[in-house]
Amino acid sequence: MAVVTRGFTGRGRVDPKLPPGQYLTEDFPVLSAGPTPRIDLNRWKFSVVTETGQKHSWSWQELLALPAEDVTVDIHCVTKWSKFGTRWHGVPVDTLLADVETAADYVMAHSYGGYTTNVPLEDLTDGQAWIAYRYDGEDLAPEHGGPARLLVPHLYFWKSAKWVNGLEMMPEDSPGFWESAGYHNYGDPWREQRYYGD
Amino acid sequence: MARAAILRRLSWQAASIAEIREETDTARTFVLDVAGWEGHTAGQHVDLRLTADNGYSAQRSYSIASAPADDRLEVTVQRVPDGEVSGYLVDAAQPGDMVELRGPVGGYFTWDPEELDPVLLVAGGSGIVPLMSMIRARGALHSRVPFRLIYSTRGPGAAIYADELRRRVRDDRGLDVAYAYTREVPEGWPRPAGRLDAALLTAAGWPADLRPAAFVCGPTGFVEAVADLLVAQGNDPSRVKTERFGPTGG
Repeated sequence: MAVVTRGFTGRGRVDPKLPPGQYLTEDFPVLSAGPTPRIDLNRWKFSVVTETGQKHSWSWQELLALPAEDVTVDIHCVTKWSKFGTRWHGVPVDTLLADVETAADYVMAHSYGGYTTNVPLEDLTDGQAWIAYRYDGEDLAPEHGGPARLLVPHLYFWKSAKWVNGLEMMPEDSPGFWESAGYHNYGDPWREQRYYGD
Repeated sequence: MARAAILRRLSWQAASIAEIREETDTARTFVLDVAGWEGHTAGQHVDLRLTADNGYSAQRSYSIASAPADDRLEVTVQRVPDGEVSGYLVDAAQPGDMVELRGPVGGYFTWDPEELDPVLLVAGGSGIVPLMSMIRARGALHSRVPFRLIYSTRGPGAAIYADELRRRVRDDRGLDVAYAYTREVPEGWPRPAGRLDAALLTAAGWPADLRPAAFVCGPTGFVEAVADLLVAQGNDPSRVKTERFGPTGG
């Protein structure tokens, strides 16, 4: 039984492309917990580390040499804004995992600056996730996660780790940064999994 | 302990607007009565949900302004252009109206009164709200942790809580407040109107060697600029906590 707020009408339209509780924005807000790290591309490195300690690494030039895709997706931030039709360019995570042998079910994404977020491995494969380095035809800006960020558009956008520098395979799930600070462990916008226990 | 306190399932609760205070031309504070409110940590926010009589609803996040020790929960809302929720709250809501609320949310942008390091608060516009909760929390505890606030607004009339801040600078020992006016300055103001810059951060903030805990809240461009300046001045990025909002909002 909803509480009605007297006199409130709001926009009154519900767009079927908007997950529950979201509103549409045209610009691109920024959510980060700290200063934006500035990363030297000559030192940039991306690594996949398995549960047995095997490490696969790519330099910036090696990442750019991998086959990349153009992706147009809607994105949904837990702070309630959604943005439709965002255009990205990046390497499918499937490509980066092609030679990786793992029995792990969970992944911790790590970033420059120390940010982490956990995602089930099955949410990063089969064309659902990318390491994106271009946005809207331009190099990805630092405040939006450049030089490269994880892109997992079917989950709330905090899972799309900015400044990503690695994926760590984990046999057991473990909460990342926001997941330890009261946010939902999985973060499906269509089930409105914003906060712990949603 | 902190983790257990944060990780609690958050349900929607009915809240009634007990009192409204006009803060500026575009900002109002709402004193909310929430049955069974379990308290918060300074810096956290709540989600407010408004539902129309046809069932349409909209929700937004708003920072908590009151101290954890205060009897009632307060949020301050700034009207944003075309704001679906803020427009209603600032222009139309009246005492006695009901909203729904859930929270408190957020376990990172928070001040822990047991941390004794000096604190630098840097606010842009309505980014003052969660920082005011920290100032009020400090006051309520009679904490002696040194606090410095640098508050950037368009002009004196746009400053939220200006009277209370003036009183607290007098009464709360160890609290300093400096203003950066970006568009209009009072008569005789020593600094011309302009953005908060490195010189003012140096003059009104803390030396980086003291390892201050910095909290920066405001519009995205403001927070980006201030956080970059703080890092350039030698502050460890992990000591600079940020909360960004806008350019859109609700």
